Amino acid sequence: MSAAAASAGPILAVENLKRHYVTAGFLGRGKYTVKAVDGVSFAIGRGETFGLVGESGSGKSTTGRLVLRLEEPTSGRVRFEGEDISALPQSALKPVRRRMQIVFQDPYAALNPRMTVGNFVGEPLVVHGVAPDREDRMARVAALFRKVGLDPRFVDRYPHQFSGGQRQRVGIARAIALEPSLIVADEPITALDVSIQAQIINLFQDLQEQLGLAYLFIAHDLSMVRYLCHRLAVMWRGRIVELGPTEAIFEDPRHPYTKALLSSVPIPDPDRERNRQRLVFDPDTLRAAPDQPMVEVAAGHFVLA
Amino acid sequence: MGGGTGNFLRALAASKGGLIGAVLLLAFVLLTAAAPLLPVPGPTQSNLRARLQPPTLSLTEIGAHPLGTDNIGRDMLSRILHGGQLTLAVGAAAVVLGGVVGVLLGIVAGYRGGMWDRVLMRLVDIQLAFPLMLLALIIAAALGPSVRNLIIVLALTSWTRYARIVRGQTLAVREREFVQSARAIAASPWRIMTRHILPNVMTPALVVATLELARVIILEAALSFLGLGVQPPWPSWGRMLAEGRTYMASAWWIAAFPGLAIMLTVLSVNLLGDWLRDYFDPKLK
Repeated sequence: MSAAAASAGPILAVENLKRHYVTAGFLGRGKYTVKAVDGVSFAIGRGETFGLVGESGSGKSTTGRLVLRLEEPTSGRVRFEGEDISALPQSALKPVRRRMQIVFQDPYAALNPRMTVGNFVGEPLVVHGVAPDREDRMARVAALFRKVGLDPRFVDRYPHQFSGGQRQRVGIARAIALEPSLIVADEPITALDVSIQAQIINLFQDLQEQLGLAYLFIAHDLSMVRYLCHRLAVMWRGRIVELGPTEAIFEDPRHPYTKALLSSVPIPDPDRERNRQRLVFDPDTLRAAPDQPMVEVAAGHFVLA
Repeated sequence: MGGGTGNFLRALAASKGGLIGAVLLLAFVLLTAAAPLLPVPGPTQSNLRARLQPPTLSLTEIGAHPLGTDNIGRDMLSRILHGGQLTLAVGAAAVVLGGVVGVLLGIVAGYRGGMWDRVLMRLVDIQLAFPLMLLALIIAAALGPSVRNLIIVLALTSWTRYARIVRGQTLAVREREFVQSARAIAASPWRIMTRHILPNVMTPALVVATLELARVIILEAALSFLGLGVQPPWPSWGRMLAEGRTYMASAWWIAAFPGLAIMLTVLSVNLLGDWLRDYFDPKLK
């Protein structure tokens, strides 16, 4: 597959990544394989926001976890900053983990309830020996708090004393503590109030500007994706069915699944909303052959035909 | 958890059950610890002319026995105070030893999974399938009956309960996103287990510990009764309870007072444990 980004030297290049779960049936009978991620390829440039959208169970979160090696791929390659990290043993990943981080979906589960938020944000600094001196570390933590819009006086508090949006800021502060170049954001705003979502999105954009971060932004809220992402991949049943510049996909969706997905977005205009046609499609007609390549329909716009 | 000793004591004072439990337990610990200094006869000093004397309130009488005397005329109050030393020390030691081993192995089994889990949990099964009395007899025969061996036997029967509960809790905590997050920053397994999992599985372990202390005290009684634990003539509450059984109809106080001591200790531990569980839950602060 050749769905790599055109930009020279991508920060992340994923090649034919697969993750299959083998489920053993009762007494070893009826064994079957779930292909959560089944041959995914894409690349992300430095400072780029790359969106990964799809319905629940399409494999987008698993892809994010595979990229970070939080889960082991069945096959395929992950190149990060030019280095193939998919074959490295976990012990050799430490320097890599400094450069790529994750922000989780559920801000309630993402923080350790028994650890003060200050220690939680400072933990990466301890693990990587960046600021072994406690005073120095707490100063850095305070700076991180300010960077994500939290009051540094809150460092000694526990997660339950914060709102969902504040907790998500804590999670972001921890993710940027080691100054990574890539952040996998796994539906980071899905669990938040709508009024808070925009603030967090703005924070993501500000941090990108300040730190030159690249994002792998996993989402299913298409309007947010359109606002935030430079390029986009649509996942369906473990495969990328369409990949291209965000506007190209929104203006000219080619794959039937993409068309159906986009037609599900409500339009904030009652007259147009009333006339909106929801497209339905028959999944069984769309089963692409396992080794089917993607076709470039326009510059940088690929479709699994 | 934080807050320091001041906060801890203030919170304790503000609670009803916790305070009662703490005061009661502290009173038992202090009284038993100070037993040799108190003006009571020695616990093994018998007086055959004063056998089976009932409890009396008249303290003015020379040689009075407030809680009566047993079948060979030993002062019950003295025996309860001295016996408490052993019972409390043995119980606490067994609970701590069993708890530390059980919690650690439970976390390792739950977090590491795979081979670790299978081996450790089979070990638990073997331990649970092994008859307790047989185990106690084997250890007593091999190493001789002593307080140290009694603690080992009690801890051996105890660690499995922590291990099972902590393992289950660990399996749940392991999947939480903050553990994933710790892996994503390359935190070592040791760090993840001690900083992220341990504090989040301590609450059920603490509850088990309070229940275990009660169970272990009673088990100590049973083992001492069989001669596998504390050796006569030195008293322990369990032994006294066992000795008093014979006289239940004629001299109730011989069994009743050690029983009452066990009950009050267990009650105070449970009250304290209840409160501790709430105190360590940051959501309830």
